Amino acid sequence: MNDSPVADTRAAMGVLESRTFNLPVDNIDTDQIIPAQFLTTTERTGLGQYCFYGWRYNDDGSPKASNPLRKHDAATQQVLVAGANFGCGSSREHAPWALLDFGFRAVISSRFADIFRGNALKNGLLPVQVDEAVADWLLDHPDQTVRIDIANHTLDIEGNGTFDFPLDPFSAYCLTRGIDQLDFILQNEDAVEEFERL
Amino acid sequence: MPEPTTLPTTLFEKIWRRHVVREETADTPAILYIDLQLLHEVTTPQAFDELKRRGLKVRRPDRCLATIDHSTPTSAPDADGTRHYVTEQAKAQVEMLHRNCAEHGIVLHGWDSPNRGIVHVMGPEMGATQPGMTIVCGDSHTATHGAFGALAFGIGTTEVGHVLATQCLLQRKPNTLGIHIEGNLAPGVTAKDVILHVIGAVGVDGGTGSVIEYFGSTVRAMDMEMRMTLCNMSIECGARAGMVAPDQTTFNYLDGRPQGPQGADWSRAVADWKTLKTDDGARFDRLVEIDAAGIRPSVTWGTNPGMMMAIDARIPDRADASTRDALEYMQLHGGARLAGEPVNVVFIGSCTNARLGDLRAAASVLKDRRVAAGTRMLVVPGSEATRKAAEAEGLDRIFTAAGAEWREPGCSMCIGMNGDVARPGDLVVSTSNRNFKGRQGRGVRTVLASPLTAAASAVTGRVTDPREFLEQQP
Repeated sequence: MNDSPVADTRAAMGVLESRTFNLPVDNIDTDQIIPAQFLTTTERTGLGQYCFYGWRYNDDGSPKASNPLRKHDAATQQVLVAGANFGCGSSREHAPWALLDFGFRAVISSRFADIFRGNALKNGLLPVQVDEAVADWLLDHPDQTVRIDIANHTLDIEGNGTFDFPLDPFSAYCLTRGIDQLDFILQNEDAVEEFERL
Repeated sequence: MPEPTTLPTTLFEKIWRRHVVREETADTPAILYIDLQLLHEVTTPQAFDELKRRGLKVRRPDRCLATIDHSTPTSAPDADGTRHYVTEQAKAQVEMLHRNCAEHGIVLHGWDSPNRGIVHVMGPEMGATQPGMTIVCGDSHTATHGAFGALAFGIGTTEVGHVLATQCLLQRKPNTLGIHIEGNLAPGVTAKDVILHVIGAVGVDGGTGSVIEYFGSTVRAMDMEMRMTLCNMSIECGARAGMVAPDQTTFNYLDGRPQGPQGADWSRAVADWKTLKTDDGARFDRLVEIDAAGIRPSVTWGTNPGMMMAIDARIPDRADASTRDALEYMQLHGGARLAGEPVNVVFIGSCTNARLGDLRAAASVLKDRRVAAGTRMLVVPGSEATRKAAEAEGLDRIFTAAGAEWREPGCSMCIGMNGDVARPGDLVVSTSNRNFKGRQGRGVRTVLASPLTAAASAVTGRVTDPREFLEQQP
């Protein structure tokens, strides 16, 4: 489990302390997060180079002057703050793989698309859903220090209060202990067999 | 299986209950049994790798159905059968699915299969999609299969692995959203216009957390292909699944399909399927009412499917950041008309609109007409079976005589993974499902529309109201 960056993120998470990086855009779809041209890969690693590719590079592959991620500091800014309905569109799990490989460990938004949320949680990328007012405040105040406590599902914005965010207890349990959800189903194999007999 | 209660319940609730292996609790999600998993080359390699890494087998290869559709070329092969993939990596991805399916005993409909096609076109055509089933696929347009009264939704690759290994998924029970559509559709208004209208009404994320049931006289009057178009785009308003209760239209479509129930099993199945409906008095968590008479041929003007309007309306003139950003990308102006805008490419295809009825609709406009000079038109049937049926009716000859390209089945320019993309700045009138930035190629401006609207726009070379052509019918 230790041979790839994504696999590493599935190790137990507890508290994430980081500065925030803002992309103040609503409805960021998974085609923006990783364009379909890069989905012919058969790996889950090394996708950070394609993350937000169309936003970072021109058609000829040269860097875009308007790249909204050019000031992102991967060493200190592991928390992405984005507009509402983050991760809408395609079911591609390549989206959280790319975000993780790019350096993000959590995304804060006022709303997440369902499939993206599930995919993110299964890879140790934390979707932190907060009230619109909190999201808007963060979007207006870039580069904040935040502390995300998974066990207590709280977001602490340094000097500006602590906010609860919803986190399915099962996901929290798996994230904090580094447990793979597949194991949980496998433990219920008798029930599956019983179901198939009926 | 008897219902455990006599309280009125929704169609969704009935199917959900039939598939619960272990009930959800405050601490753990439900374990839900999956009747059918559809597989394609893009979202499965890492799932099979995970099985290999853990030494697990595919639990029920007989409940898997695989095809190749996304990364596959839609150009005709060379005389020697050579296919021209966009990259070696695309070819390798297809070959990997062949190896994985062979290793695990899964039936794969590859190049030599008469059934191969876009996964959401092929499944129903084969009769693999049936009422009451739970169906998943690593593909967000899996909701298409809900047209048959199945609970069908897209999942990620990790979950593809869960289902391969256990035939089960961990799921929290979603909410229900009833969409009641009542009345007759006006001439020139198709299922595509209905779903674009619905997405406009619900909003691009209004269905998040919900399973949609579409019902009402408009839905009852739709054939199965129209219902598939309707359910297909449920994800574009955030809902993972959309469904329609099965009825005689459903049973007639399925009767005689090779993977459907046969003989005595057929009548038993139909008797059961007839119970799959929302009971009188059952409550949806949320209900939206749509008046079919108010639906006009519709198009998108922006960069998500919720940015839609009637084709004869004006582009919204709003100052919010999303609208401004979308209009800048689309090179359009608030308050202006979209109709009349020059069109570079027309794409008829995708799991939304590449079935026989869609091709017939497009051909009805193109018959004895030409695609405008300077406009490229691609027609990509949804499957080999659809292609064969269309060619038997001579639809291919109508398209080629008009100057359009009649291509091999696949996802093609809907997602552009196979190299079927437009040029930067091109405006594409597309029967597909997503108008996201760059979806059909870098800088490409997508206008989502029905096959009628797309074909009318191909003839004039401009975004065109299809009703102009209805009036010209001989």
